[in-house]
Amino acid sequence: MTPELGQLALILALLLALAQSILPLIGAWRGNRALIAIARPAAAGQAAFVIVAFALLVWAFLHFDFSVAYVADNSNLALPWYYRIAAVWGAHEGSMLLWVLILNLWTLAVAAFSRNLPDDFVARVLGVLGLVSVGFLTFILFTSNPFARLLPMPADGGDLNPVLQDPGMTFHPPVIYMGYVGFSVAFAFSIAALLGGGMEQAWVRWARSWTNVAWAFLTAGIVAGSWWAYAELGWGGWWFWDPVENASFMPWLVGTALIHAQAVTEKRGSLRAWTILLSIFAFSLSLLGTFLVRSGVLTSVHAFASDPRRGLFILAFLAVVVGGSLLLYALRAPKVAGGKSFAVVSRETAVLVGNLMFTVAAAMVLLGTLFPLIGDAFNLGRISVGPPYFGFLFPLLMAPVVLLLPFGPFLRWGRGEPGVIGSIALRAGIAALACAIVAAFFVHGRARALVGVASAVWCVVGTLLYVYKRYREVPAGRRYPAEMAGMLLAHFGVGIFLAGVLLSESLSVTRDVRMAPGDTQTIGSYSFRFDGVKQTSGPNWTGSQGAITVSRDGSVVGVMHPQKRTYTREQVQTESAIDPGVTRDLYVALGEPMNPNDLGGAWAMRLYVKPFIRWLWAGGLFMMLGGFVAAGDRRFRTRRVADSERTMPAATNAGERLAAARESHA
Amino acid sequence: MSRLLPFFAFLALCGLFGFGIWWNSHHDQTAIPSPLINKPVPDFALPELYDPAKVVTRKDLLGQPYLLNVFASWCIECAVEHPLLKTAIPALGIKLVGYNYKDQPGDAKAWLARHGNPYQVLVADVTGQTAIDFGVYAAPETFLIDAKGVIRYKRIGPFTPEVIEKELKPAIAALAKESQ
Repeated sequence: MTPELGQLALILALLLALAQSILPLIGAWRGNRALIAIARPAAAGQAAFVIVAFALLVWAFLHFDFSVAYVADNSNLALPWYYRIAAVWGAHEGSMLLWVLILNLWTLAVAAFSRNLPDDFVARVLGVLGLVSVGFLTFILFTSNPFARLLPMPADGGDLNPVLQDPGMTFHPPVIYMGYVGFSVAFAFSIAALLGGGMEQAWVRWARSWTNVAWAFLTAGIVAGSWWAYAELGWGGWWFWDPVENASFMPWLVGTALIHAQAVTEKRGSLRAWTILLSIFAFSLSLLGTFLVRSGVLTSVHAFASDPRRGLFILAFLAVVVGGSLLLYALRAPKVAGGKSFAVVSRETAVLVGNLMFTVAAAMVLLGTLFPLIGDAFNLGRISVGPPYFGFLFPLLMAPVVLLLPFGPFLRWGRGEPGVIGSIALRAGIAALACAIVAAFFVHGRARALVGVASAVWCVVGTLLYVYKRYREVPAGRRYPAEMAGMLLAHFGVGIFLAGVLLSESLSVTRDVRMAPGDTQTIGSYSFRFDGVKQTSGPNWTGSQGAITVSRDGSVVGVMHPQKRTYTREQVQTESAIDPGVTRDLYVALGEPMNPNDLGGAWAMRLYVKPFIRWLWAGGLFMMLGGFVAAGDRRFRTRRVADSERTMPAATNAGERLAAARESHA
Repeated sequence: MSRLLPFFAFLALCGLFGFGIWWNSHHDQTAIPSPLINKPVPDFALPELYDPAKVVTRKDLLGQPYLLNVFASWCIECAVEHPLLKTAIPALGIKLVGYNYKDQPGDAKAWLARHGNPYQVLVADVTGQTAIDFGVYAAPETFLIDAKGVIRYKRIGPFTPEVIEKELKPAIAALAKESQ
């Protein structure tokens, strides 16, 4: 019975989504206050039904309702309860439902925290979000119903992909979807601004915290995904330029450009059309990511569900949403370059160069991801580009960004002083050079490690110099507003990230070895002693667990326990053992037994020492923190539009025009 | 006009994706075009299955087109394909050469005794060494080779009546046209 209720809830949610999108949009267009007023209640109603549907699916998983095909496919009696909840989004149908759930949570938040915005603007924003929801709910109901029944009902189910049975993977999809879907808010704000016209600048300030929060979530999601790949896949790598990783990385790159462009537009009024275009791009790339993963257009290790019918639906949806918005942009975007003019040496220029690099990098990643498809289309044969392509082009494109990063905060809006650049470059440059020279004694002249140290010090020292300048020049209490603190945290994080990436990439040592019990391998100052393998088991798996005693200079650092698990459906999964540290990770993965009949004998084993690898996730977390902190700036918390008229000339205009429009329709 | 650029770029992207969906639903994802198409047959010298003293080489088979069918007694799909080799292929009027792949001669003979032997020539590659030159990675696979010893067509996996009708027949017809 409950699965049918879930389905019914989804149908009702779809109807409310239709009401939420069509009626308020008409209302805002015709100036009909009754229709405008429908937006909030409809959004709340839709969210309620989507939450009910999601809860019913969770309930079906918790109660082993194997009469639901999706539950039977992705869980079984032995699966612990926390992984049964994670299994809700472990495959296609459920993850689409999660997408819609998160979209509704964002919509609900917009509806709740927009009391101070003009009603017709909010009606348009909620209407656009409703349209996106209509698309996804239709997609779920017609091509990927999570509540479809399975008859006869099996006694036990299949299994959740064992790769996903990991604490990191439990949180990764919801967090990354928070980011993906969060860009829909910035998108809806831009579309609402295009539809409404008139308010070319005010909306950007309202959109900024939403965009920053979405970006911070996406950052967190990517960090979690990268951490999961490192801990779970057993290759010791943390980024593979896989199509699905790229799908999450492209919106991040454009999103990074967007949060910077929004700052320019909000404060100076320049780059207005560009900011709108970036909001459209960021959300389009999120949709594209969903399309690439779900349609089977590109095959990837991640693509756990692909079906041409679904692909066709998402393509049509993509064409309507993205094509429609780009057409609207072409017709309605501000025609005249507005805002205050700026000199070559100015903060605007720095942001613009950064924007350009991030956008080109996103295009580069898109091209690389689609290359196999292009190869097929133009009959060039089966080609795909891999890490060499990305690994060469991406650092090249990011080098100017890293170089410019310390200057950004120092440069004034409009016209910066060239003298400042010289003195900052000198001080940060000397620091970077000095650290690189000291580091040269430790890294045996490996160029990439030296570049890592130098670029990290460049970013960190550059950022700290600005922290010091504010400390010296501005009275306490006003030194670091949230927006600036967030920016400084994120820029600091970039430096930490660079150190982590370049040091671990150039200094890591990997060894593939055969080890019999008692054998010892030495990497650098660490020695790994293999103490044999014993059999072990968990709630839904059995496996072999090795014991490796690691010691350094004769004293024991710890005992590591890598595992090789066999899950209920004969799926084999490697659980590597990691000994974390600030300056290095030790990483051991169990390979195959040399003799399958003698599990207590010799095994193939992979040993890694990875210096500073943890820093790259730490850097990512600083960036995430920066996004959240900046979003909390009090300036973004809108007071009543009437209150802000004194400080925001653009808002005044918009407000007057709105008032005039209302009167003329009344 | 420049404001429309993103829109047109996106339309091109949609076209590419539409193509991708069409392509994937019409092509076997696992099909890898053989690099040997339009290349001469690799040199080989393999013993006949029923008369190991007699060695068949590439040169022996020159002069008329033939089908080289890679099969094995351990291969389940080969048994599925086998009835077609006995009925549909002889109707095409082309010489059929059997290539016994990674098989024990005794097993192969027993298998042929049970299922029937449609091959005019039958060679055995017990170790599978020569098959590497042919790029064989599983059985069954079938090569169409012209009178000059050039590979013209390759089928990975078993023949089906549709594949014979749509792919093999036109390929053989093209050979016949050339020789006229």
